[in-house]
Amino acid sequence: MSVLTQEHDIKKEIRGYILVFVVLGILTVITVTISRLHLPVAPAIVLALFIATIKGTLVACYFMHLISERKLIYALLIMTVIFFSGLLGLTILGYYDHLVGISRVS
Amino acid sequence: MSEAIPYTSHERPDTGVYNAKLGVWLFLASEVMLFGALFSSYVLLRIGAPSWPQGASLLNVPLATFNTLVLITSSVTMVMAWASLKMDNFKKFRLYLGLTILLALTFLVVKYFEYSAKFEHHLFPKTSTFLAIYFTMTGLHALHVFGGVVVNTYNLWPGTHMWEANPERFTNRIEVSGLYWHFVDLVWIFLFPVLYLL
Repeated sequence: MSVLTQEHDIKKEIRGYILVFVVLGILTVITVTISRLHLPVAPAIVLALFIATIKGTLVACYFMHLISERKLIYALLIMTVIFFSGLLGLTILGYYDHLVGISRVS
Repeated sequence: MSEAIPYTSHERPDTGVYNAKLGVWLFLASEVMLFGALFSSYVLLRIGAPSWPQGASLLNVPLATFNTLVLITSSVTMVMAWASLKMDNFKKFRLYLGLTILLALTFLVVKYFEYSAKFEHHLFPKTSTFLAIYFTMTGLHALHVFGGVVVNTYNLWPGTHMWEANPERFTNRIEVSGLYWHFVDLVWIFLFPVLYLL
């Protein structure tokens, strides 16, 4: 790739970074505004985590360049997601174990 | 000339990435599990608790919102530092990386004032389960921010010799430092609503 083409591509990427920055700022303000509406707990959690996931995806895809990464990195991340889900799932299963224990005692 | 550490500037043919990038992604995968364990603990403690305080009733939301914007801005300056090197503009690189460090220090100073206010009101990790998990998670995150300051300060001063000797390797080093820094930002993006707003 020529130096000129590379510089043009980087300038295009920089415009993307600025756009992502603006969107992240707006989403932060939206998150705080929604929290002031005092919604019931369940929809409040779902909404806040949904917005946080969008923000996280933007950071990972654009700032961390995941949008144009190699297959090996994607494979590594899929493994991470599987193990993270397992960790979260096992912890929640632990909570139900506790409930089963209570019902047996009573 | 053969390199002492192979594939630091160019991609390794079998993996398709340079070694440092694969190494940092593996490190970040372990970091996901570290923070994942704490997030799982938070979920378990919260669903098991008879009552749970709303973060906003105990914590300073405007300060945390400001800190969120500070970290987001630092992520942009970090990626701009890398982009400046790609465009062969070393002066701009120094400016953007310097700004990243300054913003990270701003985050830590704000955190210091936040913690001080809690201690003044006799709110300690031992006070409640919520505060225990709040101090553990934000404390570990602040340590990561401090780690980022150390790495970036090295990259800004002693580390810049590499730019003259091997610019491509130095650009890659900034890219992987950025990966770590964006991950720290990403963790905060989830910590902020979970601890302060819900």
